[in-house]
Amino acid sequence: MTRHPPRHHWVVRVTHWVNTVAIVLMVGSGFRIFNAYPAFARRGETFCCWPWEGQGIPAWLTFGGWLAGARNWHFAMMWVLLLNGCVYLAFVYLRGEWRDLVPHRGDARDAWEMIRFYTFRRADHPRQGKHNALQKLTYFLLPLIALALILSGLAIWKPVQLSPLTALLGGYVWARYWHFMATLLLVALSAIHVFMVFAVDPYSMRAMTTGGYNENLSPESRNARPFTNILPRRRPAP
Amino acid sequence: MNQARPESGAPLDRRLFLGVGAAVAAELLLGACDSKGPKSAERFLRYMERKNEGVERALFRHTAMDAGSPGHRLTGSALPSYFISPKVPVWDESARGAWRLEVSGMVARPLSLTLPELTRIPHITDRVNHYCVEGWAAIEAWTGCRLRDLARIAGVSPEAKFVDFQSFDSGYHESWDIESALHPQTVIAYGLDGRWLGAAHGAPARLYSPVKLGYKNVKYLTRIVFLPAANGGYWSDRGYEWYAGV
Repeated sequence: MTRHPPRHHWVVRVTHWVNTVAIVLMVGSGFRIFNAYPAFARRGETFCCWPWEGQGIPAWLTFGGWLAGARNWHFAMMWVLLLNGCVYLAFVYLRGEWRDLVPHRGDARDAWEMIRFYTFRRADHPRQGKHNALQKLTYFLLPLIALALILSGLAIWKPVQLSPLTALLGGYVWARYWHFMATLLLVALSAIHVFMVFAVDPYSMRAMTTGGYNENLSPESRNARPFTNILPRRRPAP
Repeated sequence: MNQARPESGAPLDRRLFLGVGAAVAAELLLGACDSKGPKSAERFLRYMERKNEGVERALFRHTAMDAGSPGHRLTGSALPSYFISPKVPVWDESARGAWRLEVSGMVARPLSLTLPELTRIPHITDRVNHYCVEGWAAIEAWTGCRLRDLARIAGVSPEAKFVDFQSFDSGYHESWDIESALHPQTVIAYGLDGRWLGAAHGAPARLYSPVKLGYKNVKYLTRIVFLPAANGGYWSDRGYEWYAGV
């Protein structure tokens, strides 16, 4: 039995799952905070850019129980998330793994080829490295979304003490809007991520827990689209 | 069996470990829905609130000002009114005598001011944002004297580190750190949008400052007490953040 190095270093695996818990709690408590005033308009004004003013998030998607509880969780978990994100980014930078994640020339074309493959306009899975071009784009975007969340979050936490930052984002009302929009984008990308794990590459669950991975089971080797070729390809006998 | 095939033992244990791990994770995620979180987390949350207070105090500057969103109209009558009593608290002069604002505690010259006396102290009119804990904002112009002027008149001791603001709204009160209380935009307001403060918004006088969330800005003021230690507050004692700085 040959021993392969783990697909993901233990630091990446640990920070991934800490991240999962922290994001779930941050989004849930954030939704509960939003529900205390599920609108963006200043009192006595209207807001241009949100068609569901006054409509709250379903309670089962929220966390914290009540406004004070949700705020306490939100302001506690933000440090866990920030610290965890710093550990992950420092690790990825120091190990040089950021090269697997930042966009390169040709990634746009590769991403388009992946879309063509997923929509059955291309028969064979495009060649890829550790991640396909769509994954790379997503994993590269996530730290940027995190940065937007941190800046807009600071702007609505301290609109007086950090008033230049709040003004830069268009004022308190807009900073709150950007914070919410960045959250929705994060939730959308996370939902797609989880869907793709189960529908295309369930073997990556093992890679992200114990680290083990069999290259013969990669989506590229299986020519896997969502819900197709989940099982390994049958190979002719040697 | 296991000793004969050691390599088969590991994956099974791993599978068991993963199964248990997945169950725990699912429990954690499902248990999260619309819940307050585990009871044992209470200590963690208290600890983080204390740490956050340290960060908020470090960020605090007397020179950081709220600009009051120029270019926007005053919120005026759209400003929600709020009190904890079952009815709008109104000071009953026939039963309680003339309203007075008492300034006491660690001061050299305790004060007891009638409204006319309070209005004779130099006042400002400041157009500022109101930040509610619920997430909404409003813009109002508050007229009143700066608390820092009142503190100077009363001769506050340098040992006073906290201020408790008390009201006749069923015992509603909130205590503040002295730095926020002495911020130049912290006023004892008796005018709102160019009129005398109405009963719905805290008449005869209330505390107002954009550097704290709405619930820290005590209405229906009766007493300002300078203290060596914090004295909690109505919402702070019920789980809301005590510092609540903006």
